[in-house]
Amino acid sequence: MLDKNGIAKRIAQEVRDGWYVNLGIGIPTLVANFIPAGMEVEFQSENGILGMGPFPLEGDEDADLINAGKQTITAMPGAVYFDSATSFAMIRGRHVQLTVLGAMEVAQNGDIANWKIPGKMVKGMGGAMDLVASAENIIVAMMHTNRAGASKLLPSCSLPLTGVGCVKRVVTNLAVMDIKDGAFHLVERAPGVTVEDIAAATAGKLVIPENVPEMNIG
Amino acid sequence: MAISKTVEGPEAGCAGVQSGMTLMLGGFGLCGIPECSIAELVKLGAKDLTCISNNAGVDDFGLGLLLQKRQIRKMISSYVGENDEFERQMLSGELEVDLIPQGSLAERCRAGGAGIPAFFTPAGYGTEVAEGKEVREFDGKPHILESALTADFAFVKAWKGDSAGNLVFKATARNFNPMMAMAGKITVAEVEELVPLGALDPNEIHLPGIFVQRIFQGTEYEKRIEQRTVQTRETA
Repeated sequence: MLDKNGIAKRIAQEVRDGWYVNLGIGIPTLVANFIPAGMEVEFQSENGILGMGPFPLEGDEDADLINAGKQTITAMPGAVYFDSATSFAMIRGRHVQLTVLGAMEVAQNGDIANWKIPGKMVKGMGGAMDLVASAENIIVAMMHTNRAGASKLLPSCSLPLTGVGCVKRVVTNLAVMDIKDGAFHLVERAPGVTVEDIAAATAGKLVIPENVPEMNIG
Repeated sequence: MAISKTVEGPEAGCAGVQSGMTLMLGGFGLCGIPECSIAELVKLGAKDLTCISNNAGVDDFGLGLLLQKRQIRKMISSYVGENDEFERQMLSGELEVDLIPQGSLAERCRAGGAGIPAFFTPAGYGTEVAEGKEVREFDGKPHILESALTADFAFVKAWKGDSAGNLVFKATARNFNPMMAMAGKITVAEVEELVPLGALDPNEIHLPGIFVQRIFQGTEYEKRIEQRTVQTRETA
């Protein structure tokens, strides 16, 4: 089974040279830590930076330089700042190749719910709806089950949707799955996890190929 | 000769704001918010305001200060976490809230300032955001119709500005400020440095002064950090 860093490490393997990538808050943010040295990748944060770098050294933090999670960050050489309309032009205009974000639920048709739980305080969708409506590749990074132990991979979402039919790949603590033809297709198992474990934790339709390799996350 | 927009300070900047008006306020979280204008709006005490801002501040800073004084009737935002007073007023029904996808919010402000009454976007299709909105397919993909936003006053914050209202922003403090400046009937810019006319390189101005009606030199910026994330010097 993978921990949060393991999930991020596996997703980092999906990133390709020359890509612009938007990472959501939580596990997705960790993906930046596992990009191989020398790979030409730029991180976009929707509040208005392309070329986001790591957290600043203690004492160097700048209130004017934050990411979409409102965390203090740094800018890499070649970075650029822009306004929010330009930022979402990059996102909606499909200039960003990969979006990685978290979710509360994902459905077998690619629907995603990650912004609202009825009856609880609603904080808002932020940029998530714009991101999932347009991204070429959307990878969801999340735990396979919620805190109560219930599957987050469902026949259909029960929570209010963030986007419809948009998720292509899900990486969880148990598995890598692709979404196509109305089903989750098992691609890889996490180390030490069996196909039976994954099937038991997946409420949606799961297609299991004959050979399901174990992830190699080095 | 350049048209001078300079006013004395926040008091002159906020003159004319009345109860029931719609205000836009730049900023993302607490980054790039018009601190001096917000402090003045609290003093002015105008009530029943509709505030269009990406976020709603924290309990004791930013728009949270207006919420404490119950001056806001309606918030139009994309994300409003981090604020207990906001939650209390929302759950008690004192505060009306309209949540909008962040990119749609930015574009609606831009459209409002650019003379575009509405536009189609894929964001929010199939979700509750799309309820009651016209849907149209372009290239086989469904989009929803979103309308432009304007405001009686827009309050923005920049790093540098001149008396003509030309503005330069710093780093990610730019965010919603330029589009909101475009969409305000009266746009009030506060700057950390009010520089002499001609001191800004016209090649490097982020927002042309035509979108600004008043500009003043701000003072005592707190620039509070919401999430201080650092690497210790030993581990870096």
